[in-house]
Amino acid sequence: MSTNGSTPLLEVRNVSKYFGNVVALKDVSVQVGAHEVTCVLGDNGAGKSTFIKILSGVHRHDEGQYLLDGEETHFHSPREAKERGIATVFQDLATVPLMSIWRNFFLGSEPTRGRGPLRRVDVKSAQDTMVGELKKMGIDVRDPDQPVGTLSGGERQAVAIARAVYFGAKVLILDEPTSALGVKQSGVVLRYVAQARDRGLGVIFITHNPHHAYPVGDRFVVLNRGRLMGTWKKGEISRDELIKMMSGGAELDALTHELERVLDEPVAG
Amino acid sequence: MIGKHGMASGSIPAPTPPAAAAPPPVPLKDERLAQISPTARLLRRPEIGAGLAAVVVAIFFWTQNGLFLKLDGIANWTDVASTIGIPAVVVALLMIGGEFDLSAGVMTGSAGLMMGVLATEVNMNIWLAIVLTLIAASAVGFVNGYVVMTTKLPSFIVTLATFFILQGVNLGVTKAITNQVAVSNIDGAAGYDSANKIFGGSFWSPHDFRITVLWWIAVTALATWMLARTRVGNWIFGVGGDANAARNVGVPVQRVKIGLFMTTSFVCALTGIMIALRLASTQAGQGVGDEFQFIIAAVVGGCVLTGGFGSAIGASLGALIIGMAFIGIQFSGWNTDWRFLFLGVILLAAVLVNNYIRKRAEGARR
Repeated sequence: MSTNGSTPLLEVRNVSKYFGNVVALKDVSVQVGAHEVTCVLGDNGAGKSTFIKILSGVHRHDEGQYLLDGEETHFHSPREAKERGIATVFQDLATVPLMSIWRNFFLGSEPTRGRGPLRRVDVKSAQDTMVGELKKMGIDVRDPDQPVGTLSGGERQAVAIARAVYFGAKVLILDEPTSALGVKQSGVVLRYVAQARDRGLGVIFITHNPHHAYPVGDRFVVLNRGRLMGTWKKGEISRDELIKMMSGGAELDALTHELERVLDEPVAG
Repeated sequence: MIGKHGMASGSIPAPTPPAAAAPPPVPLKDERLAQISPTARLLRRPEIGAGLAAVVVAIFFWTQNGLFLKLDGIANWTDVASTIGIPAVVVALLMIGGEFDLSAGVMTGSAGLMMGVLATEVNMNIWLAIVLTLIAASAVGFVNGYVVMTTKLPSFIVTLATFFILQGVNLGVTKAITNQVAVSNIDGAAGYDSANKIFGGSFWSPHDFRITVLWWIAVTALATWMLARTRVGNWIFGVGGDANAARNVGVPVQRVKIGLFMTTSFVCALTGIMIALRLASTQAGQGVGDEFQFIIAAVVGGCVLTGGFGSAIGASLGALIIGMAFIGIQFSGWNTDWRFLFLGVILLAAVLVNNYIRKRAEGARR
């Protein structure tokens, strides 16, 4: 699954972003290929948010190049990025809790039939499409009219991902999709990540949890304090090395030592 | 490699290998979704509570006075219910869209007065007066919506200001022009008979059902179809449920909300025109306070105050309950002041039920 010889779907070269005199991101270069999961890792404040906001068109980079299919691009809005096939699933998921699953799935892009005053939403086709798309992700929606709010966090991620895939995304950016989830739910979401990859998308998976990134990632990008710590392909780095890279080696050793001491003490209760 | 994270009790299919031609995983049924029975599905409808309440209220007043469910009695309370129900339906649409319009009640008065002044003082044809009045009302609605959208102030405050401005104009302008607090003799205007036939008359001769009842049914049906089956309907739920999420997926939030404000003012003005034509006169204080009846009808009918949930049929059922209560209390020979107590109790009960339903619908996890 390497992109050697072919143009990556999306590539940034030495991008930098400054907010006033704060260096939010400096000289970051990343390639994202189709059929690949690129994990962007970093602790809080590493520059992950700034990075995806540049990719999704929210911010414009101050230096460097942003290439889409090998062609240099400047997005002026998230909408423009979306039209060019870059779908971002932000943490708030852009779903309306009280609306049914199918209404959420097609909100803003409802299929219609009929003409003039009789033009109406094709409910049957919308429901069938939504059920089919979620089935591809391994979710059996028995009742399309169920409100999205009654779904679990993982299932709502799935709805948001399925929607992005259905509406023609080539690159799917997932902003910390597992951060608010329990262990099982995180596993379910990782499966959706893998499924999106299998369907030919380039997935950018933002996380601060290397345990979530390692199983699905094909490429690992580690950011620290706005700078690129390194890029590795799967097999070039072990999980433990990845964890070390994220927090800057020595600091983590000290922390591990600290944690072990805490855990050695008996817990009351 | 991610299989160990898989969910317990077989609710999630086995992981598929990352092969391009792999068949989609066969989903097993999710035991949490399977529990939805037809009864539960029915209970999820916003208007179910209002529907049951309407039946109870009807039976209650029937036991007090048998006339209540005779055709003459029904003609009586559907008359009252219709002039509450027509505005209540659009107020419900606005509430589903996440906004309020406190000027809805006084707008019925403003419209009647404007039409009356144009017809009696300017000697305009009544039809032209109606058209101009509806245009003016839409403009007021546009201002409401535009101010709310551009300032991001709560619509509660913005339309409260509109409410008082219109109330002041109604009294001030009416007094200045007619030297009275009313506009009368509208029936002398050209075109009155034809306009009154369509907007103010009655049908089904011995019982005299009001024509407004037909308008009410039509407005309810149209609004229901719009909510359930049109793109705009979906957008109304979206902008009310989560305006940001709706904007992110490409819904024109501003246009939808301003459109809703304009529709509300337009339909409230139309109701005011119907009332003024029927009475052939309008008091300057007409409609003041009615906005709360519209809101109560919408809330009793299942509209959630924070938006994103509700129904047009529900608002109509809410109006029906209010109409039945107003007439039922008269029929029962009680002091009509009791109707306010009744409205308060119904409103409180409806809010408690809706709150419970909404919590269940939104789920614990976000």
